Amino acid sequence: MISSYTRYRRQIKLPEVGQEGQEKLAQAKVLLVGVGGLGCPAAQYLVAAGIGTIGLLDHDKVDETNLHRQILFGLEDVGSYKAEAAKKALHRINDQVIINTYNFSLSVDNCTDLFKTYDVIVDGTDNFQTKYLINDAALQTNKPWVYASIFKFEGQLSVFNYQNGPSYRCLFPKAPQEDLSCEEIGVLGILPGIFGVYQATEVIKIILRIGEVLSGKLKIIHTLTMQERIISFKRVEERIAEVTDKALALESVSCSLNNESKTYLDVRELHEQPQPNNKNIIKIPLAELALRYEEIPNSTDIHVYCQSGIRSEKAINFLREQGFNNLINVEGGIQSILK
Amino acid sequence: MKVTVRYFGAIAEKVGKTEEELDLSTIGSDFQDLKEHCLSTYQITDDGTLQIAINQELGLKRPLKEGDEVAFLPPFAGG
Repeated sequence: MISSYTRYRRQIKLPEVGQEGQEKLAQAKVLLVGVGGLGCPAAQYLVAAGIGTIGLLDHDKVDETNLHRQILFGLEDVGSYKAEAAKKALHRINDQVIINTYNFSLSVDNCTDLFKTYDVIVDGTDNFQTKYLINDAALQTNKPWVYASIFKFEGQLSVFNYQNGPSYRCLFPKAPQEDLSCEEIGVLGILPGIFGVYQATEVIKIILRIGEVLSGKLKIIHTLTMQERIISFKRVEERIAEVTDKALALESVSCSLNNESKTYLDVRELHEQPQPNNKNIIKIPLAELALRYEEIPNSTDIHVYCQSGIRSEKAINFLREQGFNNLINVEGGIQSILK
Repeated sequence: MKVTVRYFGAIAEKVGKTEEELDLSTIGSDFQDLKEHCLSTYQITDDGTLQIAINQELGLKRPLKEGDEVAFLPPFAGG
């Protein structure tokens, strides 16, 4: 056993780790929800540190615009599932780690079973809905989860549900009505890099039971000023009970459309964010259009949108062949029609 | 009586700065009044999600004192 631990020698040398700690890491199972800006760096360090089993969950595929911050990936990975591409890259770092891939989104139906098979959950998501779902499922399965969020040059870090500590709902009881990803905000790659590595740090502390886990505390760093703050908050029993007493459900985080009077056709996949839920939107993913185009009325003008205007154009070309002549492409994609 | 107000996330964007010192002589010592004052000054609408920390602690309900640091913390979800 010890000979295979050569690679870990420098960390085993730390009295806080030692041979025993290394064994704990090897026994640990960590699930990363989201393999993007936060998930990639977290995964790199966790895999290198010798975590025994890593779960990578992401429905998304690598896009060229990810490469500036998700530096596990290269140009040749564009178009591959993030979890699969990450697994390949991570096994190059350490092939002793068991890596499970889940090429789908976290949902009310799958989260409980998934969480039960892991010891710690790492949040690498980019939307409130999934963060609240992680929180609630982690509470119900009694798993600690390591949270991070970023906005422009600023990031937040905390550990929730650790040894009966506070939950995300004790910090932010109410989900915002507007998902901030409704705005195309922009990000520099280093920021999720920093916070992903912080998340890996907390995971390792939780597994080794060393130091002070960032429970009941929110760490905030602004990278332009390098100002830091640690904000304390307490567990609020009513907010915990609200979750533990109920069946899991998605928070309704919605975005609003600029124009409520127009009729829209959304041809994106149903998991794509943001996801306005107005009644004047017909949702048919492009791949299902051939089977379902009869659901689209041809009596009124329909504004067709996707994320960037490309799939909506394809949808319109297809629908025109089926006799529709009431379609207008939203060239700027979803962002251009949000309030 | 003066306090330091720190703004985070999108609030700092809207305010145009990350911190400022405010004199509470006309606003009063209730942190809710300070919150209302800042929100209206900078025309920010709070959908009920904004959290206020006093001296790096959430959930305090005490009057503000000279030298307090009041932080406006909006949730954000980027990743």
